Amino acid sequence: MEIIQIVSIGLIAAILSIILKKERPEFSMIISLLAGTIIFLMMISKVQAVLEVFYTLSSRMNIDLLYLTTIFKIIGIAYITEFGAQVCRDAGEGSIATKIEFGGKILIMILSIPILMALLDLIINLIP
Amino acid sequence: MDVGMIFKIAGIGIVVAVLNQVLKKTEREEMATMVTLTGIVVVLMMVIEMIGRLFESVRTIFQLY
Repeated sequence: MEIIQIVSIGLIAAILSIILKKERPEFSMIISLLAGTIIFLMMISKVQAVLEVFYTLSSRMNIDLLYLTTIFKIIGIAYITEFGAQVCRDAGEGSIATKIEFGGKILIMILSIPILMALLDLIINLIP
Repeated sequence: MDVGMIFKIAGIGIVVAVLNQVLKKTEREEMATMVTLTGIVVVLMMVIEMIGRLFESVRTIFQLY
């Protein structure tokens, strides 16, 4: 089962980064960064399968693909932002983490503008 | 391969830490910082390739062009 691999990788990386925390904190940060990357690279095929299911569902119910792709983009941005912010927070750089999250929020807001416009048009059309 | 990379980096980190202690005892401070810098550069070269792969895969999966 993959979950056992994931947990073992996480534990090993945690132990190794604690060993190096005192003398060489930069190496411990790199190890935690690498562990997160490896765990995500292992999960890629699963994420891809889930997204395929969503695409087939939406094409069957002929939902407009714009909304779905925007949602997936937002999920991607949110994941990368979370990844970067968490690594910076682990390294003790709280302010950099908040700046990264701030940037991510702005990008997500920009991405959601077309959907807001579509919603407003819909509401305006409803009003007689 | 990936999991082995964690051990490689941990090994380099431990070696650099030990070398630093040794060099500090023999009063070669500047050599100690050199060793640390080279260790970090080597490790970063390995990690950057992995992070590039991560960002590339996220970009393709979520169509973040």
